[in-house]
Amino acid sequence: MSTKSILNLTVNGKAYEKLVEVRMTLADFLRNELDLTGTHLGCEHGVCGACTVIMNGEAVRSCLLLAVQAEGATLETVEGLADGDQLHPLQAAFQDRHALQCGFCTPGFLMTASAFLKENPQPTDAEIRQAISGNICRCTGYQPIIEAIAQAAPEVGGSPPPRHSRESGNP
Amino acid sequence: MKPAPFTYYCPDTLDEAVRLLHEHGDDGKILAGGQSLMPLMSLRLARPAVIVDMNRVPGLDRIAVNGDGGLSIGAMTRQRAIERDAALAERNPLLAAAVPLIGHFQIRNRGTVGGSLVHADPASELPAVSVTLGADFVLASAAGERVVSAEDFYLGYMATACEANEVLTEVRVPAWKAGRLWAIDEVARRKGDFAMAGVALWVDMDGGACADARITLFGVGGKPVRVEKAEQHLKGAALDDATLKEVERIVFEELEPDSDIHASALYRKEVGGVLTRRALGAAAARGTEAA
Repeated sequence: MSTKSILNLTVNGKAYEKLVEVRMTLADFLRNELDLTGTHLGCEHGVCGACTVIMNGEAVRSCLLLAVQAEGATLETVEGLADGDQLHPLQAAFQDRHALQCGFCTPGFLMTASAFLKENPQPTDAEIRQAISGNICRCTGYQPIIEAIAQAAPEVGGSPPPRHSRESGNP
Repeated sequence: MKPAPFTYYCPDTLDEAVRLLHEHGDDGKILAGGQSLMPLMSLRLARPAVIVDMNRVPGLDRIAVNGDGGLSIGAMTRQRAIERDAALAERNPLLAAAVPLIGHFQIRNRGTVGGSLVHADPASELPAVSVTLGADFVLASAAGERVVSAEDFYLGYMATACEANEVLTEVRVPAWKAGRLWAIDEVARRKGDFAMAGVALWVDMDGGACADARITLFGVGGKPVRVEKAEQHLKGAALDDATLKEVERIVFEELEPDSDIHASALYRKEVGGVLTRRALGAAAARGTEAA
């Protein structure tokens, strides 16, 4: 209703209440107001995928949302993946497969892969390629990233129904 | 702060939304999924003084089957919801196949059907698909509702019949004919990029001959381009190589695209023709499979 608004949301299990300018993007809010600088900003217009976070269970571009639109939402950012010093299976797999060099794009890849594997716990390589097509990496090349996601899939996705039942069209 | 300052409204009802649009006129801008508007605002190519966020208006994200088998799709339906709707894929396979071509899954998680239709990027899939499907758009304003056909809705480059005080609430898609053949195809440099040229088409057969057809291209003009000459040529013809080649030639002749940094006009004409021929081939193959 104005140029500032009170925002209530939960990020990585922690509840926040903040007064924000309505024109602030969710990405800037996470980085500048909550000091969660793990979410990276590359292109800032929805092309590179570096700023991908999970909002209410779905991977979204945090640069393409206003912070105020996350009112009441539950967010997960890259900071929420590890459990203390214990890396998340995706992070461990990225390390194991050398799926990062400079690391700038990595938070976006991790959050994309995390949301994707929950929906598709046993992906084919082609499905993984499709899933990460909205994330750009300029140094590693995509092959180790695809391998890392495939490696982490059994741990992240849980125990899904057998593959054949999904392909026969049953949900 | 990337976007220029604006006043933000987040109405709880459609009545409130149209009242705000009425009040603010040309200063107001609707925020649907934000996947096109937010980049424009962050780049300050768009500087709306007032944002009316439709995301908390209930009831605009429903997909319903009408009595005649057609579909009513709420304008705020996320593109991803269509992608996940197996029943919709049965009722309208062309629409279902078009949605995964839009951007990437993170974009489709937020992007809405209505947002894409009203944004009217000439290279986007849904406007062309809605023209080829003969869809109708329901526009609401403080004065009430009016219905505009998809074909009449698109006026020119990112220009539509939607007035500043109106909001798209619903898309009505006519029932899909049993046995209808269809295809959608596009050429983009990278997966998820805007198409340099694309085609969405369907063909109804009567025995071995085409009874009716609709061919609409995208990315080759300021708005979706329906090629009626090619449709006319198909009527009464079999989907054989000679017909397909002639349709390719007609589409090439009819298209009048512009050149830009992504592709030259000649390239778009060429690719538009080739894609149409290939898509008709794919549609014909579907018929052979079904038989």
